[in-house]
Amino acid sequence: MKSLLKHRLAWPVIALAALLLLNQVFRPDFMSLRMQDGHLYGSLIDIMRNGAPTILIALGMTLVIATRGIDLSVGAVVAIAGAASCAYIAGSPDPGSPVTAATAVLIAVVAGLALGVWNGFLVSTIGVQPIIATLVLMTAGRGVAQLITGGQIVSVSNDSYKSIGAGYLFTLPISILITAAVFALAAVLTRRTALGTLIEAVGINPVASRLAGLRARNIIWIVYVFSAICAAIAGLMISSNVTAADANNAGLYIEMDAILAVVIGGTSLAGGRYTLVGTVVGAFIIQTLTTTVYTLGIPPEVTLVFKALVVITVCLLQAPKARNLLSRFKAAPKPAAKEAAKEKVAI
Amino acid sequence: MNEIVPVVEMTDIAIGFPGVKALDGVDFRLFQGEVHALMGENGAGKSTLIKALTGVYTIDSGTITVLGEPKRFSTPGESQAAGISTVYQEVNLCPNLTVEENVLLGREPRRRGSIDWKGVRSRTREVLAELQLDHIDPGSLLSTHSIAIQQLIAIARSVEINAKVLILDEPTSSLDADEVNQLFRVIRDLRDRGVAILFVSHFLEQVYEISDRMTVLRNGKLVGEYMTRDLTRMSLISKMIGKDMEALTELDQASARTRASNGAGVTPFVEAKGLGRKGSVSNVDLSIYPGEVVGLAGLLGAGRTEIARLFFGADRADEGTIKVKGAGQKIRSPRAAIDKRIGFCSEDRKEEGLIGDLTVRDNLVLAMQASKGWARRIPRRVQDELVAEYIEALDIRPANPDALIRNLSGGNQQKVLLARWLVTHPELLILDEPTRGIDIGAKTQIQKLVNKLAADGMSILFISSELEEVLRVSDRVAVIKDRAMVAEINNDGVSVEDVMTVIAGGAQ
Repeated sequence: MKSLLKHRLAWPVIALAALLLLNQVFRPDFMSLRMQDGHLYGSLIDIMRNGAPTILIALGMTLVIATRGIDLSVGAVVAIAGAASCAYIAGSPDPGSPVTAATAVLIAVVAGLALGVWNGFLVSTIGVQPIIATLVLMTAGRGVAQLITGGQIVSVSNDSYKSIGAGYLFTLPISILITAAVFALAAVLTRRTALGTLIEAVGINPVASRLAGLRARNIIWIVYVFSAICAAIAGLMISSNVTAADANNAGLYIEMDAILAVVIGGTSLAGGRYTLVGTVVGAFIIQTLTTTVYTLGIPPEVTLVFKALVVITVCLLQAPKARNLLSRFKAAPKPAAKEAAKEKVAI
Repeated sequence: MNEIVPVVEMTDIAIGFPGVKALDGVDFRLFQGEVHALMGENGAGKSTLIKALTGVYTIDSGTITVLGEPKRFSTPGESQAAGISTVYQEVNLCPNLTVEENVLLGREPRRRGSIDWKGVRSRTREVLAELQLDHIDPGSLLSTHSIAIQQLIAIARSVEINAKVLILDEPTSSLDADEVNQLFRVIRDLRDRGVAILFVSHFLEQVYEISDRMTVLRNGKLVGEYMTRDLTRMSLISKMIGKDMEALTELDQASARTRASNGAGVTPFVEAKGLGRKGSVSNVDLSIYPGEVVGLAGLLGAGRTEIARLFFGADRADEGTIKVKGAGQKIRSPRAAIDKRIGFCSEDRKEEGLIGDLTVRDNLVLAMQASKGWARRIPRRVQDELVAEYIEALDIRPANPDALIRNLSGGNQQKVLLARWLVTHPELLILDEPTRGIDIGAKTQIQKLVNKLAADGMSILFISSELEEVLRVSDRVAVIKDRAMVAEINNDGVSVEDVMTVIAGGAQ
């Protein structure tokens, strides 16, 4: 039990469980799932579906943060991807066909790729600090999105496109399936190849990594491209869900939620060892919080404060200092706790 | 020595980490006005004892009294408040602040709520003058000074807070002879003023020069406390390693190797002509033949590391040429060097070698994995075999591939870094201070390994601050002085004095 508590995922998972339990207490049918027209419904499904874009972006963010970087531009990429795909659909001769939708998806992903290459170029080749480099696109990106949409909200009517964010497959929302697929891909890509270890090496000690012959530039490039592609897919989901592209508000502040998810999940902003599972748990915590606020009937003006409290608690529970204090209260001081071997990393 | 109440008395100290007893029943006393050396191999428990005394670790059992008062330190702040001040090997001051700001940080004299900068200046001058360090400008940035001066400034800070106990942890490991003398003058000065000084160093000669008394630890246990003048070097070493002369004779035998011959017609593996880099080193003419160990001798800061970095492409050369196996080459990056089968162990293990939060396994295969690229992961089975092989061959302890490398002792970390290159089968291995700060046992092992590798045909560039060591392992010695190569000596019975003469005179 004790060693379980020391696992780096222990506190995020406990926090998530506690939040879910809290909801269950206030709304006994919270956990229940029901089948309707071959679709699975329920609050848990809602949480997963609404959290899907944040999870996607947080996955990309995790790898970026592991290399000591940060990607502030993901919200802007969401807006550009949505704008590009909707503008294409709206302007195409056959706006309702599946082929048009597929092309739109391709356009959005390629746009994401290009934007990721841009970020990666600034950070890895020019050597701009990540926070500044991505700030460029964060501010400029929304302008680009507005240029694409002509400053209007572009509505589209295409069933295939709509299904990305709102459709169902095998009883589950497609957005959940897409997110699961990206997660699996990221896990396989980083742990079946050496990419994960090399990302961590670059994040832990860039100088030593260079002297060991690592091409840090390529690694850094890969993570920014991955992050931007994740953001583009999230942008597709968001715009598809409302069948419109809103250059101003799509994905607004989503970078903050994503960073928060990464940190709550237990990946340090200082870079180095990361956990994708932790990030997913972190994103669930954030999404569940939003749901909890509604369930408990917390007045909207208190919502943000409530969120902040939960986030601070989870972060404190993970901080080595706070943990030491806690263990000192619980038992006689043990220096062993300080030196506790770092836990194994799950994917 | 006045046998009054010790300033610090530690009794029956025990500290355990998961799986190890770092300290077990250790007693330690420190008196006013003495320099007390703490001796032991790496992993003997020296650092742990210091960390117990400075409040970094909390002790599991035992007592600590300072000036007769029982204390229990759980933070470094508490220890400092009790008058214990520590100067570490890596200076823990702020390089971006001025000397005076560092000396008085947190205790600046104030006038009407704001800092009295004139007071800061004059107080710093006073303290520096007390230590006869008047030549240091209090207004200069700390980072503009050498490590040696920075250490002296750290000491000045402890004088300013009127520390009763000064702990010097490996203060001389990156200092040259003059700097050591200056440091020792200051240490003696403080000792004469009644400060109790705890001195940790791997340099035996320095310990004998400066210390009055020593405590020897081995494997976390106390071996004994001795007056320095009563203990010969030989008996000290045998107490430290716990064996009689065995290891010492091994050290000598390590040198008994047939020197490689670089007869005519053999192409050198690497051949540098007029190699240099603006603002770094110049005029390096150096060839290294297969199976040959070439030593770089010179004072610290003479440019030894800089030369190594040029050969490895860590810095780019902007003058001269370099040929690898007779073909003209430019080595633009470490990666390019590695592709040409060159490996480089940096002198700065922590900053330039270890990936601290990764395991022994990941660290060991890192260079090999890097040259394969990220997409082609070395299969786990192959990793396991390689790691097991090198853990055994180099006697890496603990023999656990999944241990985080930062939890290993210095000597074992060094072995892992060596193994990182050995698995890539380099043809030239550059070793920059491979034995610095590691214990005598590991040192012998590494020296033997160097000989064995050369016997197997590898070229080795060996850099060390210890001239004896350079002469023991090298076939040829290149003498570096003032950032240029001044001489090349064939090592046929050359003595340390001979090399010193060359360094001093610069003559051929």
